[in-house]
Parts: sequence; C-alpha cells; structure tokens
Amino acid sequence: MQAQTRLNLSLLHQDQALFSPHLFLVTLVITPTRTILFNYSLSQKRTLYLKNLAFSSKLQFSARENIERKRRRTRGTKMAFRAMISSRATQQSKWVPSAGVARQMSSWFGHVEPAAKDPILGVTEAFLADPSPDKVNVGVGAYRDDNGKPVVLECVREAERRIAGNLNMEYLPMGGSSHMIEESLKLAYGEDSDFIKDKRIAAVQALSGTGACRLFADFQKRFLPDSQIYIPVPTWANHHNIWRDARVPQNTFRYYHAETKGLDFSSLMEDIKNAPNGSFFLLHACAHNPTGVDPSEEQWREISHLFKSKNHFPLFDMAYQGFASGDPERDAKAIRIFLDDGHLIGCAQSFAKNMGLYGQRAGCLSILCDNEMEAVAVKSQLQQLGRPMYSNPPVHGALIVSTILGDPELKKLWLQEVKGMADRIIGMRTTLRENLEKLGSPLSWEHITNQIGMFCYSGMSPEQVDRLTNEYHIYMTRNGRISMAGVTTGNVGYLANAIHEVTK
Amino acid sequence: MDEANMRVDRTSKSDSERRLSTLVRHLGASCSPSHTSISTERFENSKISLSPMAAFGSVFANVVQAPEDPILGVTVAYNKDPSPLKVNLGVGAYRTEEGKPLVLNVVKKAEQSLINDPSRFKEYLPITGLAEFNKLSAKLIFGADSPAIQENRVATVQCLSGTGSLRVGGEFLAKHYHERSIYIPVPTWGNHPKVFMMAGLKPMSYRYYDPSTRGLDFQGLVEDLNAAPEGSIVLLHACAHNPTGVDPTPEQWEQIRQLLRSRSLLPFFDSAYQGFASGSLDKDAHSVRLFVADGGELLMAQSYAKNMGLYGERVGALSIVCKSADVAGKVESQLKLVIRPMYSNPPLHGASIVATILRSPELYHEWTVELKAMADRIISMRQELFNALQAKGTPGDWSHIIKQIGMFTFTGLNKEQVAFMTREYHIYMTSDGRISMAGLNSKNLPQLADAIHAAVTTM
Repeated sequence: MQAQTRLNLSLLHQDQALFSPHLFLVTLVITPTRTILFNYSLSQKRTLYLKNLAFSSKLQFSARENIERKRRRTRGTKMAFRAMISSRATQQSKWVPSAGVARQMSSWFGHVEPAAKDPILGVTEAFLADPSPDKVNVGVGAYRDDNGKPVVLECVREAERRIAGNLNMEYLPMGGSSHMIEESLKLAYGEDSDFIKDKRIAAVQALSGTGACRLFADFQKRFLPDSQIYIPVPTWANHHNIWRDARVPQNTFRYYHAETKGLDFSSLMEDIKNAPNGSFFLLHACAHNPTGVDPSEEQWREISHLFKSKNHFPLFDMAYQGFASGDPERDAKAIRIFLDDGHLIGCAQSFAKNMGLYGQRAGCLSILCDNEMEAVAVKSQLQQLGRPMYSNPPVHGALIVSTILGDPELKKLWLQEVKGMADRIIGMRTTLRENLEKLGSPLSWEHITNQIGMFCYSGMSPEQVDRLTNEYHIYMTRNGRISMAGVTTGNVGYLANAIHEVTK
Repeated sequence: MDEANMRVDRTSKSDSERRLSTLVRHLGASCSPSHTSISTERFENSKISLSPMAAFGSVFANVVQAPEDPILGVTVAYNKDPSPLKVNLGVGAYRTEEGKPLVLNVVKKAEQSLINDPSRFKEYLPITGLAEFNKLSAKLIFGADSPAIQENRVATVQCLSGTGSLRVGGEFLAKHYHERSIYIPVPTWGNHPKVFMMAGLKPMSYRYYDPSTRGLDFQGLVEDLNAAPEGSIVLLHACAHNPTGVDPTPEQWEQIRQLLRSRSLLPFFDSAYQGFASGSLDKDAHSVRLFVADGGELLMAQSYAKNMGLYGERVGALSIVCKSADVAGKVESQLKLVIRPMYSNPPLHGASIVATILRSPELYHEWTVELKAMADRIISMRQELFNALQAKGTPGDWSHIIKQIGMFTFTGLNKEQVAFMTREYHIYMTSDGRISMAGLNSKNLPQLADAIHAAVTTM
C-alpha cells in the first residue's frame, strides 16, 4: 500500500512541475499544509489535482470562457485523470483502447472498508499464525481429545462408511431430510412425545445452529414484523449479527452475575417481568455460551411460570445437548419443563458439537404449534424462507445424523462417545480448579466447576487475556471465555500457572 | 374467517384442559414457600395481564400455508401420482437412459478416498469455505491463465450451490453497491427474483425470449438494457439459459459486453451448467471470459449441482472480479460479514469432493469425459424428440427443440396444454411449458411426443 501511494505522489509532483513556477508558488500558498500528499486518499489527491489543474488554466481566460471550457473539459479531464491514476496505480491492468472498452475506470468497490475480524474465529487464525511451541488454543468451541487433537466420533465414521457410494446425491426436499428431522425432534422433545405423535411441530432441517436461528429470525420478521428479540447478556456474539441481518430489533435481559460468576436470577426475573407481554426471548437450553452458567431446575420452573403469565415466546438455542452433563435427556430438561407447562416453544438444534459434525452444518429448527394444520402452514413458510437462501439444505450431514440416531446400535455408541467427551471436560474443570488452588491463588475459582459445558467464563479482563496471549501464547476470546475442550492433561498445568500469574 | 375459527375449535379438549389446569396450578401455587426470590406479596399485587390467547393461542396462528414452489412442487405432485406411466420432466436433475439418478464415477472415487483417509476431520471450514476449492473453482470458470486470477483480483467464497452464491452476492451488493436495481431476463429461473428481493435488491426486467421465434429477442434486450440507469446490475445466464435454453451467439455476447461496459452496468453471471451445455467446459465459459478479458468488474455465481451431479451437497462458489488485489481483499472480508449471520461457514463434504477431483489431472480428465457423455445424451434426446414430432406431423415449427441448448427446452406450450398433458398423459412439467430433457429416455420419449401432439391438436 505504501509503495503504491508513494508512486502516485512522485507522479503528481512531476505533473505539477509542468505548471509555471508562478502557479506552483500559488499552489503552495493556497495549500501549505497539503504538500505532504502521501497521507491522503486517492480521491482526495484526485480532487486536489483537479482543482490545481483548473486553477492554472483559469488565469488565461475570461469568466464566461472558463465556464464553457469547464463544461467541455470536465468529463475529458476526469476520464484522462482516472485513466492515468488507475493505469499507473494498478500497473498491470490492460488499457485496451478499442471500441466498447470498459469505461469503468476505477473499482465499483474501492470504497469498501476492510471488515473487522470475527472475534471468535479470528482467535484461531491468530493461534495458527503463532510459531511458539508452547501455544495453547482455548478459543473456538471445537472439541479436542486429551492429546489436543480434533476428534471424529466412531459412530460418525461408521455412518459415513455405510452412506458412501450407496446413495445418490439428489436434492433434499426444501424442508430437508424428513428422517433426520424426525430423529432430531425425538431427541429434543422426547422419544414418546405427544407433540410428535400429534404432528404439531413445524420443523425443517437447518444449517446447524446458526442457520436455525437465522431462519427463525427471518420468520419472526416476516410474520410478526413488530416483534423484537430479547437476548441474554452475555451471549454468543453471532446471535446479535443474526437478528440484526434479519432486521429484527434487539433488546437484552440480564443473565450473568459478574461478582458471583453465576446466574443473576433476580435481575433475570425482573427483566422478564418488565418486558411487554408476548415478547420473544432467546434462551440457551443448556451449557450457556459463553458463561457456562445455567439456571437450576427449580429456577427454570420459575422462569417458565413467569413466561406463562407474561405470554412470552421462548426460543431455545440448544447447541450442546448431551455435551453439558453427558446425558441428552438431562440436558433437555429446561425444554421439557416448558413443554409440560404448555408453552408453544421454538427450538434451534445443532449437531456440530455433540456429534462432532461441525463442518457438515447439520441442524434443525422446530416450532411447536397449536395443531397439525398450523404446523403444516408454519413449515411451508419456513421452507419459503430457505428457498431464496440456499434452496434446500445439504444432504451429507443429515444422512449421518439420521443413520446414527435411527440405528439402535449406533445410537448407543454415540451416547457413550458423547458422555466420554462431556466427562473429559468435567475432569479438566476439576483439574484446572485444583491447580489454581494449589498455586495459592487468592481468588475463588469455584465457578470453574460450577459452570457447565464447553466454556468457562473465567472472569478475567481483556487486559489480562491480552497478557495471556502476548506473554504465554494462550489464545482465547477477550471476554475471558476459556474453551475447556482445548484443555488437556498436557497443558492444564501451564494454563493454570499462566492464569495465576496474570490474576494474582 | 372460517379457517381461524376452525383452528381454535380443533384444539382438542384434553389439550386445553391440561393447559388450563397447569396454569391454575402455577397461579394457585404462587404462595408456596419455594418461591424464595419472588415474595408472595409482590406476586399478588403485581398486574399479570393474561392475553386472551395466553393459555391456548400460538403467536403464529395467523400464518397461512404457502403455495407449493412452482418447480419443486412438480416433483411433489409427481410423487403423489399412482400411475405407472408417469414421467417427471420438472426439476432439472439429470437422469440416465434408465431414468435413474446418476452419481458420477469420479465422484464415487473422490468420496471413497475421503472416507478412507483417517487423517480427515470434519472441523468448521473458514467462513469463506475450503481455500483450495475456491482457487480451483475460480480457475475452472475464468481459465487457469486468466489475468484476473494472476493479478489476485478475484475474491472467491464457497457458498451453497448457485442459490447460495446468488444470495450472498446479492446481499453484498445491497450493502456495498450504489445501485439497488438488478435487471433480470424474462423469463428466468423462478427463484431468481425471490433471491434478490430477500437480499435487499430491486428486481427489474429486460426482454430476453421471443415467443414468436422461440429464440433470443436481441433487439428487445439491447433496448431494455440501454434504458437501464447507469450502474444497474444485470443478471446474465452464462450458458444454457434456464428455462428457455436460448443463448446469445458469440457475436451477440460481444455486443452485450460492449453495451454493458459502455453504460457501466455491473454484470452478475449465473453459471449453473458449465460443461453441461455444449459438453466443453471452456466453450461454456466463453461469455464470462469475454467480460473478464476487458479488465472490468463482475460477479459470478457458480454451481456444481448439475455438472458434477452434487445436487444435494449444495456446492458452489461466488467470485467477485475486482479492479485491484487490494479491493478484492477488502471485498472478501466484507463477504464474511454477510455469511457469518446466515450460516457461519459452508458445508464441508461437497467442496472436498470437488477439490479432490479438480486437483487431480486423472480425475479431472475422467470428469470431462463423464460430463460430455451427459451433455451428449441430452443433445441426442433433443434430436430424437424433434424427429418424433416431425414423423407425427405435429403442427408447428419444432426446430427450437434442437436449436436450444442445455438441460431445458421451452416448448412453447401454454398452461392449458401443460395441464392437459399432466391429466391425460401423466407428464409432469412446469406450467410455463419447460421440459427437462434430462428426464427423457428412449422409453418415455414416444409418450411425450404423443402427449405434445395431442395437446397441440386438441387444444
């Protein structure tokens, strides 16, 4: 960038030197502070050059002549100028002076600002770029085994072996794989759920959790355009992006209690109560991301009760079913409580973590309706929202999910493997906390074992996190969220020591 | 309305009874000591306004059922038909001579090598997708020696097939481009206007198909694009126009290019049939490469659904050719912000298959052979259908069947004739008279010829 800019600068000066010395002085007088041109943008330099060019010629002609000349020449000058700048600035682009040549001189997208890096995915990028042998990645929420390696579940490998070469790759229906949807609903709503039997659930396959939330947000915008969404503080950063791009206004409700590093239950209930009746709430079904702080069963009952009296709509984002406690039924407890209380819920399910299908984008969005007819209508409308986004969802991940959940043997294997992953994380929590206590840290680290799921909200400040990264090559998001899945018996000591050093 | 009343009545008695009793239980139990955080006093005094539908109504009770998608709905209707004679000429998915879907050999090989590789993981792809896939896709459409690629002026992101690429491109333009109007040919793939509207653009139209010649209305095209405001976006089908099968000649493409460039109109190409139309990947990319060669900017939506038979895997790519590498870098960063709130990152499987094939000279060559075979079978079906109608003496000029190119033929049949053919001959096609040649084989072709003959002579 610098080299390019300097090149332009030298050329500009060269051209300016063609003017009479008289004008050059005038230019200096008029624009004394602008002689250092390399700090200016291309468009600013262009304006300056044109102004000077016009000024020099103006002195020779009368006012009326100048107006005429300006009218005749502006276009030509601008074109010539742009040609010079663009052909010199982008040295290699071909200027083909034949009929119908691209009249567009500069880019239509030259004004586009470089976007800020994604706060979560950007962490892994930085980690990969670090050459230090001690580096630890506790950023992205992707599971690692005790050797720090990514894992493909055995049940997934077996499912893939069964699928490959046996099936065609035809388009799925717009709503996705009905077999996969069926199995997903059984997992979320219960194997023997009456709602499934009564066909009251409108459900479509979605692009993992993100896609399910986005479909719901678009649906909300289309059918309840005056509604808003209440999002907990804090939450997964992308939640805000999703409802923003769907153009649904957002509100927040209090959730995390910084002092106790637990749930701010009274504030939570207050915010639920103060929201206008019939508001839409986003609830993390289990293993809240990023805090790992979940309401207790009793607290969920109270929340459900209050929701009922306020007629609020609960949308559950369930990205960690099975991953939190190791038992999918237990992790769905909040949803089952709400269902028992008669709520008509929405549920966004993801198989990214609990089946390790991250890159396959396998998920499901479901909305419990009053009756079958309404469910058919709602499903048809959800499909209409998917059609202009991607037509129909990808088949591969759906086949894996339905193969595993539909086969009793494979399902059993999956349940064992999920429990294995959850247990390893719970074990690491215990070890990390013990290490910190052994180091004699003055702070309380109870929250490490109180919190649940993949993440631990350490309570560290952004500055402390920066120190961890810069001094210890430990990568995590700046909100102090540690992905426990990235902690191993090999690095837990190093991690504990580093945390102790920056927090003592 | 009747329906609304019906809906409420249909709520089964036991359901509402259960909900009522649950509600009563909770409200009645408000004085229980277990509610430590909400004092009973506060609870009794506070206003709980129960909305009339609180215990019963869904907030989505007013949602009406959407009509079937006009294209995908054809297959739904076909599936419902019990007749053994039914023929599905609706969706543009390739069928073999036996009427079966086809998984290319080269795809099976690629999949096997992926399964057998124990080092392969299924982690999240970057937001922009599989990097190798992106590079290879750009090379495929623009040509390996394309100056735009050499100069790093192309921003390519993996998307969900053609639809996804169009949607991401559309949303990017709605956010960062100064013009909202996108000019779309008439007719076009039914999903195009919906995609762009949802993206935040304003679909406009330009004349394309001439029903009287069943060919290109070039005059109308030129007039309409000349009248479009400077800077407008123009959607162009790179080859094998869907649904008409009518493509401009190379000379006409050059004129279109000059027209667009002289009026600073931004081209947005949709390439869903590269290699499928003529059988040659390079020939089918000619129109796109013409535009890239003049150094200007454009958008390109690529799909591997048809030409690699990867339909359900949703594999595609959006490329934006920019004036400079610097701009391309910034554009790519902004594309990420469009994708992240939509689905975070694209699906892995299909892109891995494509990359495996494109990077291996042997597999690539094998693919071109299989692709040509598919294209040739379709071309032969065109010839056979034309011959059959000639032999029957069916009234009208049917030469457009062999003049049009790609998977579809725009027969020129009207809605009533189509409905007749569905009713009497169990032929399923879209109501605009479009037939998917890929669904034809020597067994069902005579039936189609009979149906067309009957429709044209009796209606």
